[in-house]
Amino acid sequence: MRGYFVGAGLAIAVATMATSAMTTQALAQSEIKIGEINSYSLLPAFTEPYRKGWQLAVEEINAAGGINGKKLVVVSKDDGGKPADAQTAANELVSSENVAMLTGTFLSNIGLAVSDFANQKKVFFLAAEPLTDAITWSKGNRYTFRLRPSNYMQAAMLVEEAAKLPAKRWATIAPNYEYGQSAVAVFKKLMSEKRPDIQWVDEQWPPQGKIDAGPVVQAVAAANPEAILNVTFGADLVKLVREGNTRGVFKGRTVVSFLTGEPEYLDPLKDETPEGWIVTGYPWYSIKTPEHDAFLKAYQAKYNDYPRLGSIVGYQTIKAAAAILAKAGSSDPEKLIAAAEGISMPSPFGEITFRKIDHQSTLGAFTGKTALKDGKGIMVDTAYRKGSDYLPSDAEIEKLRPKD
Amino acid sequence: MAFYIVQFLTGLASAASLFLVASGLSIIFGVTRIVNFAHGAFYMLGAYVAFTLTERFSGAFGFWGGIVVAALIVAVIGVLVEMVLLRRIYHSPELFQLLATFGLTLMVEDLVVLIWGPDDLVGRRAPGFKGAIDFFGQNIPSYDLFLIVLGPVVLGVLWLLFQRTRWGVLVRAATQDRDMVAALGVNQKWLFTSVFALGVFLAALGGALQIPRDAVNHAMDLRVIVEVFVVVVIGGLGSIIGAFVAAVLVSELNAFGILIFPKISIILVFLVMAVVLIVRPWGLFGKPEAPARRTPGLTVNPWRPLTTNERLAALAALVVAAALPLVAGNYLLTVGSEIAIFVIFAVSLHFLMSVGGLASFGHAAYFGLGAYGVALLAKMAGLPMIACLLLGPLLGLMGAAVFGFFAVQLSGVYFAMLTLAFAQIVWSIAFQWVSVTGGDNGILGVWPEKWAASPSHFYWLSLGIAALAVVILRIIVFSPFGFALRATRDSPLRSEAVGIDGKRIQWTAFVIAGTVAGLAGALFAYLKGSVFPDNMGISLSVDALVMVLLGGVETVSGAVVGAIVYKALNIWLVSQTDWSKLVLGAFVVLIVVAFPKGIVGTLEALLYRRRKSSSSVSPLLTSRVESAE
Repeated sequence: MRGYFVGAGLAIAVATMATSAMTTQALAQSEIKIGEINSYSLLPAFTEPYRKGWQLAVEEINAAGGINGKKLVVVSKDDGGKPADAQTAANELVSSENVAMLTGTFLSNIGLAVSDFANQKKVFFLAAEPLTDAITWSKGNRYTFRLRPSNYMQAAMLVEEAAKLPAKRWATIAPNYEYGQSAVAVFKKLMSEKRPDIQWVDEQWPPQGKIDAGPVVQAVAAANPEAILNVTFGADLVKLVREGNTRGVFKGRTVVSFLTGEPEYLDPLKDETPEGWIVTGYPWYSIKTPEHDAFLKAYQAKYNDYPRLGSIVGYQTIKAAAAILAKAGSSDPEKLIAAAEGISMPSPFGEITFRKIDHQSTLGAFTGKTALKDGKGIMVDTAYRKGSDYLPSDAEIEKLRPKD
Repeated sequence: MAFYIVQFLTGLASAASLFLVASGLSIIFGVTRIVNFAHGAFYMLGAYVAFTLTERFSGAFGFWGGIVVAALIVAVIGVLVEMVLLRRIYHSPELFQLLATFGLTLMVEDLVVLIWGPDDLVGRRAPGFKGAIDFFGQNIPSYDLFLIVLGPVVLGVLWLLFQRTRWGVLVRAATQDRDMVAALGVNQKWLFTSVFALGVFLAALGGALQIPRDAVNHAMDLRVIVEVFVVVVIGGLGSIIGAFVAAVLVSELNAFGILIFPKISIILVFLVMAVVLIVRPWGLFGKPEAPARRTPGLTVNPWRPLTTNERLAALAALVVAAALPLVAGNYLLTVGSEIAIFVIFAVSLHFLMSVGGLASFGHAAYFGLGAYGVALLAKMAGLPMIACLLLGPLLGLMGAAVFGFFAVQLSGVYFAMLTLAFAQIVWSIAFQWVSVTGGDNGILGVWPEKWAASPSHFYWLSLGIAALAVVILRIIVFSPFGFALRATRDSPLRSEAVGIDGKRIQWTAFVIAGTVAGLAGALFAYLKGSVFPDNMGISLSVDALVMVLLGGVETVSGAVVGAIVYKALNIWLVSQTDWSKLVLGAFVVLIVVAFPKGIVGTLEALLYRRRKSSSSVSPLLTSRVESAE
């Protein structure tokens, strides 16, 4: 009877899924399809602006005549925040939808899972968001490129500012998973290189999404650090800031914080935004360049909302994908790789290049200080830092990255 | 010294918020025996509704009024859920209600994003409790002090309610012996509804009170539900005081634990629960459960092996399934492989649950161990695929042997929670031991060898192993060992009297189930080419439970159908819609109402009844009927 049901079930599965497969084959040759995967249901706060960003890019590209005359279509899938489901989606995009390349992903482990899939199946993959250094270095492969500035790059940008501080006693608070661990490790390493006199007096590792902020903040205060490195974000950051503010833990201490200046994470804090934190982020309100103005205007016209960093990432991911496809003039993965290595293109943050040596883009990030204005958190004293200035030397990367 | 006192008080404040939610869960479980998976969803709804109300109405009255009204509104929602949904399924097999509340949870997660949007919402601070109080140079937030007082107050009110009112007496009586209370003429329906309402009210209040310290978001429910369950179990099911003590214990251990081991939070509650359950199998304040009066398995139609015709039919179906590569493309074949793997996983849990009567909440641990076994053997030892597939599941076997030994000493929900604790411990090892397991970045590059690499070959491999696993497990069910296991399940005392060593039999069953799950995990590692801690996470354990319950826990092989339906639907929905959780949740709820014994269980019962009432049913149909067993 077991087989009976396997048969019946699979027959149903065939019937339902075959319909979608057929529509695929019926598609005309006048389209180029890109497969896109992200954690839409798990992380809507980030992925909704991200989706808006890439939808704007698709619209602009097609309005300008598409890619070498062909219409660009993005087929988007949700991975539910699970690496295994991301691979199922990747497989569907490649096998059933016949996409020219894969893009997207947010969480590092999902980015790595899709990158490994791409390597195995020989598919071009442009990772949008995952920050882990492994995706371009220790676990890098020739089919995978990455847009966003990595953990290492963001740490290096923050270290440049942090090293100028007089503080010698440092404590760290980071979510207990790979992102938090590697952010702290890189920051510590780079910081100690610049300032051998620094002492690391305490570290706290609350579980991601489940911080019990009161005891954590209190424990950090007990070590009496002069400065604090924070890597938590999202709901954890809100709790941390609230407890820290009430308990006066941030008073008289400098805080250096990853990602906190991104509207996704800064805006929820509203009038409780702590002032004077040194952060990386995206001050969309104070960037005055023609490239960014054009993007901002188009985005606000289309959505009647301001962009988040996710919007930039989504927008530039599809723009980059289109540029690579246009240059390659083909959807052959080898030609795509050849086209992508060293390609330069405009972006809302200025020109960026995908490096040949490790497939990392030179998209940078903004650093600045948090401040309060009209009951809202903003970034002030902002400076754009080019990604290319915060990467290790080629010789070091040769050592980190496995040979293809 | 002042620091330690402040840290202690901070721990107490965390304990108070935990206790509010836990007490509601404990009350609901104590009386209705419902494992209310939706408790976290009600907690989250409480926070969202309170956010809206406190933003709308200003001032102190608006804030505190908003919090209480929010809890009341959510309690009314809870009453509706109880009356419309749960009342229909109180007589379903044990744990079936878990399926209904799981479906609800899925729906609520998508609904709050639809209603309140995707952003994290940060609510107002509590009027009058915005600042901090100086304590020898240390600051204690005054809201923490408020919570510290509120916790014991709620405990006191609940105690009075249960000890000093007639309603409370009835609830306590129902907690001890539901059937007796019913026999004495108490209207059980309304008793259950009122208890459920109180429990939901407490959950929503707990959520609403988080507004001044937390950000309201759509993942709050899962963050709290497991932890709250653990607290309830540590305290002893149905014991309010137990829940309070356990909340304090867990929170204080966390507050001071992080001073010595900053990474302890991730696993602390589960470690505490494992230790408590091994030492005190009924929790700190719980009482040993009286032996069950009814046998857990219904005996509508006794299990029996397939007839020759049915075997031929099953074989034919297998042949049809094996012909899939002739018509389907690569994607469908890969999905087919995944479904076949989950059939193996589900039948292994089903074997433990239906034949052994042991519902494991942590079965994914053995699936994950099998997967990691393969990944480590393939990457570190460089063994060939066949050797990995044979040896990998042994890690699942070893895990099951160690944990099963302790777990089978317990029964019922305590057994379930101990398996959950073990699963979380294994998960945290995979998560934390970065140098060996790669942490949450997992182990990559575990791809099958050439002979199995093509989707059709891998599909045949998975299908073949799935068929083999189902056949072997069925043979075990109808072997002397299977009969001994069922005897232990149905009546521990009688089976012991006839000389069956129940614990040893159950332990063996646990190891068998764990090994088969490990086999599924081993195949899964090759299917995906990588292994992540997710592969042993809670959500996978819950998925397996859902598959078994969906198929029908009182059948011999219902899990096969449950796995196919759930997995196929899940993959299809995630691919087709952005609101897959909403649709899947609604589907699960519908199934629960339409098939109160699971899909196979209900069909079987229906057809059995019809066959009895009319003798004109054709023999062919009859054989089909029983094949559904």
